[in-house]
Amino acid sequence: MFAFLLRRLGQAVVVMLVISLLSFSIQDELGDPLRELVGQSVSEETREELREEMGLNDPFLAQYMRFLRGALRGDLGVSYFFKRPALDVILDKLPATIDLVLAATFWILLFSVPVGVFAAVNPRHWFSNLAMGLSAVGISVPVFLTAIFLIYLFSVELGWLPSYGRGETTEIFGWETGLLTRDGLRHLLLPSISLASVILPLFVRMIRSEMMEALEAEYVRFARAKGLREGRVRMVHAFKNTLLPVITVGGVQIGIMVAYTILTETVFQWPGMGFMFLEAINRADTPLIVAYLIVVGLIFVIVNTVVDIVYGLVNPAVKLTGKPA
Amino acid sequence: MPLLSVQNLEVVFPLPGGTVRALRNVSFDLDRGERIGIVGESGAGKSAAAFAILNLLGKPGKIQSGRILFDGHDLAALDYEAMRQIRGNRISMIFQDPMVTLNPVLTIGAQMTETLRAHRRMTRARARDIALEKLRAVQIPSAEKRLAQYPHELSGGMRQRVVIATALLSDPQIIIADEPTTALDVTIQAEILELLLRLCEDFAVGLILITHDLGVVFGVTQRILVMYAGRIIERGPTAEVIGAPRHPYTRGLIDALPSAARPGTPLKQIPGVMPSLHEIPSGCAFHDRCEFAQARCAAETPRLEEQGARAAACHFPL
Amino acid sequence: MNAAPHLHSNVLRSLLRDRTAAVSAAVLCALLLAALGAPLFAPFDPWDQTQFDIMDAEIPPLGGGADARFVLGTDGMGRDMLSAMLYGAGISIVIGVFATLLQAAIGVVVGLAAGYFGGRLDSFLMRIADIQLSFTTLMVAIVILAVFQASVGLRFYEEYALVAIVLVIGIAEWPQYARTVRACALAEKKKEYVDAARVIGLPPFTILRRHILPNTFSPLLVISTVQVANAIITEASLAFLGLGMPVTKPSLGSLIRNGFEFIFSGAWWITAFPALLLVALILSINLLGDWLRDLLNPRLYRR
Repeated sequence: MFAFLLRRLGQAVVVMLVISLLSFSIQDELGDPLRELVGQSVSEETREELREEMGLNDPFLAQYMRFLRGALRGDLGVSYFFKRPALDVILDKLPATIDLVLAATFWILLFSVPVGVFAAVNPRHWFSNLAMGLSAVGISVPVFLTAIFLIYLFSVELGWLPSYGRGETTEIFGWETGLLTRDGLRHLLLPSISLASVILPLFVRMIRSEMMEALEAEYVRFARAKGLREGRVRMVHAFKNTLLPVITVGGVQIGIMVAYTILTETVFQWPGMGFMFLEAINRADTPLIVAYLIVVGLIFVIVNTVVDIVYGLVNPAVKLTGKPA
Repeated sequence: MPLLSVQNLEVVFPLPGGTVRALRNVSFDLDRGERIGIVGESGAGKSAAAFAILNLLGKPGKIQSGRILFDGHDLAALDYEAMRQIRGNRISMIFQDPMVTLNPVLTIGAQMTETLRAHRRMTRARARDIALEKLRAVQIPSAEKRLAQYPHELSGGMRQRVVIATALLSDPQIIIADEPTTALDVTIQAEILELLLRLCEDFAVGLILITHDLGVVFGVTQRILVMYAGRIIERGPTAEVIGAPRHPYTRGLIDALPSAARPGTPLKQIPGVMPSLHEIPSGCAFHDRCEFAQARCAAETPRLEEQGARAAACHFPL
Repeated sequence: MNAAPHLHSNVLRSLLRDRTAAVSAAVLCALLLAALGAPLFAPFDPWDQTQFDIMDAEIPPLGGGADARFVLGTDGMGRDMLSAMLYGAGISIVIGVFATLLQAAIGVVVGLAAGYFGGRLDSFLMRIADIQLSFTTLMVAIVILAVFQASVGLRFYEEYALVAIVLVIGIAEWPQYARTVRACALAEKKKEYVDAARVIGLPPFTILRRHILPNTFSPLLVISTVQVANAIITEASLAFLGLGMPVTKPSLGSLIRNGFEFIFSGAWWITAFPALLLVALILSINLLGDWLRDLLNPRLYRR
């Protein structure tokens, strides 16, 4: 277990270095930081002085090393627009995105397992056909279209639910959440459903096909030959084997979900990281863009490691000793 | 009264390309503690016969007609719950390939105790004790340790022993073994067969041994049934049938055994292949491969004619 | 391979028997025809700004008692929706197909090399594929296109957006192909005829081309349908964020972005029609892909 974690940690460091290098190198491409900071009115000489002072004339590698040293202390630069440390800005926006991802994950878990399992066990049932048809449609509708459609129906036409913002939030343990108030939940409903709408159909299909394959397996037939109750045959023998591929793919999907928050948050003007990122791009707020990429990269690395650990715990054939058996 | 009596069993597989009749008018008995072998090439219907007994036919197979009397009840007419209580409890099965029979994500212990607890109310500890006792009965070294292990940590031969121990858990009256040694190394095949024979004798368990290999049934079973294209074509005491087969097909099978050939002579083969169940020839299904076939064989299906303890379905028995 | 004509008629029969697949194929063919023949069918040229009149802006579609020239109404610039949609669908399809071709080209080469030569090369290439995949395509595309847009200026960007988008989506998704091809190559390599070919001294390139590549065909066909649909979705999403095709040469996604501003004022058609067309396009491709998957049933590499 320890060796496994160590190996993962090594990989994570390499991946983070690559991300930070790539992110940092785009900094030069996105406009002149000096102009962003002091405006156009300063004379060319003062500019040159300032450049020298800020180390902008240093070689790339030296600048990168300075950036890395700062990053390790949690200093990812200062946002041009907010005039505050970029990391602070992101940490302010993080809870909104976490609310959104949690709520979407809740929908996905709530529906994908029962629907997928039901469709696998009763492939000819009308409900299975309906679910499979809907999931084909769900996969084919881009997430921003789902969002627009929901807004049009529930906000513009029916006027039942708000179309933008987080509504009322409360703070617990320094985490500002909308999950605990009625108003916050009302605001969360449409964004979370549209975010879930991309991933949910994928999960339903995957669980169904993996479960169908498991139900055909010889060990399931043997479980029946042992006289086990059908419920146990399905939920313990077939479903537990279904979980393995679902966990692996599910981990990747969480990464995809973070990317899709950019779209969802933009449509709903949800004050999270994704919306902030798009605004930062439009404002050429380079430090904020770089900081966002690094934070998201870190989230990916952490999620992937957790997924691998969970996979190892569920799959007896993988010993957490560093190498998959 | 025999313990198990299969009467006029017909099994069909309704497939898109037409309905396949996997078993035709199959009848046989099994007495308490008796061991019989069902022999035939793959596709002859022997596995269908085995799985039909426990109503475990793969989709879309189903029992069309016939009765399977077990202890006075017709298994073919039982509801799901009543059938479930017989499976793994009074009639157990051993499958062909131990590499895929055990569930990869459950421990050996879990897979054994769940079987007991599906049929009887007992504590986990008690179930564990019984599992341990059966693992020792199949001569698995360090049985205690095995309970906590997963299937992938065991060799093929060890896994088949676990499967046999699982089959024995509830002290069943019958074990149905579907090609139990086919997937194993040659050296281990004999060990497993010997073990199976000894256990059946010790615990007075009836055995239905299904195999394509006549060599396997010899010395293990008391009687054999030979199947061809969904029908029983010959049956009788094992030694008698192998010593003096009546049906030309049985004779062909015996001649094809390596031990039957004198050193230096080539092995004999039955010409042609068994017809697929889609296109069974008229009359005797074997006639177009039979060296003794006459006009009558192509026209008229021979009945299984009883002669004392033996029977053969041939117009011109040897 | 020599049973090709036989296979052909079977495929057609299976397509006609499956009602969903048959309808999808018909819809897709109609859309392809309409979109690629747009310059012939479209009543207006949506790329020529001199043709629109701001006085024609936001005219509702027929049935709303409106202008007979604009069957599906006009957008905020007075541009004919029908023409813009036909051209837009063409752009979306072109991006989807070319991005997928690029993915396939890179992926097949990398996958064959990794699967056939194995060893260090294999683990190195697959590690890169892992890392590449963990950054989702959308994220990579947003960053690269944003940097590109900022560094070359909007005017230049509009000129070369199509090429840039194809390149970005094409490069970001190659691991999908590489993994599938690698899995096939590994499976084929074990077979005896490949050994035989090696023993008689055929060079690796010939073995790959003649013996291994043909066997990857059916899984590649299946993932290609999914990849074309995904590429179209990705482009539409980028366009919606303002990083796809510019509004002067709009794809379906750009049209939807353009219409979103009007949705609160009740001009639903500017969003709804392109959205419907986009969904019909993607759905028909995906449903055909499902049918193809069931038909060919390849063991796809998963993760």
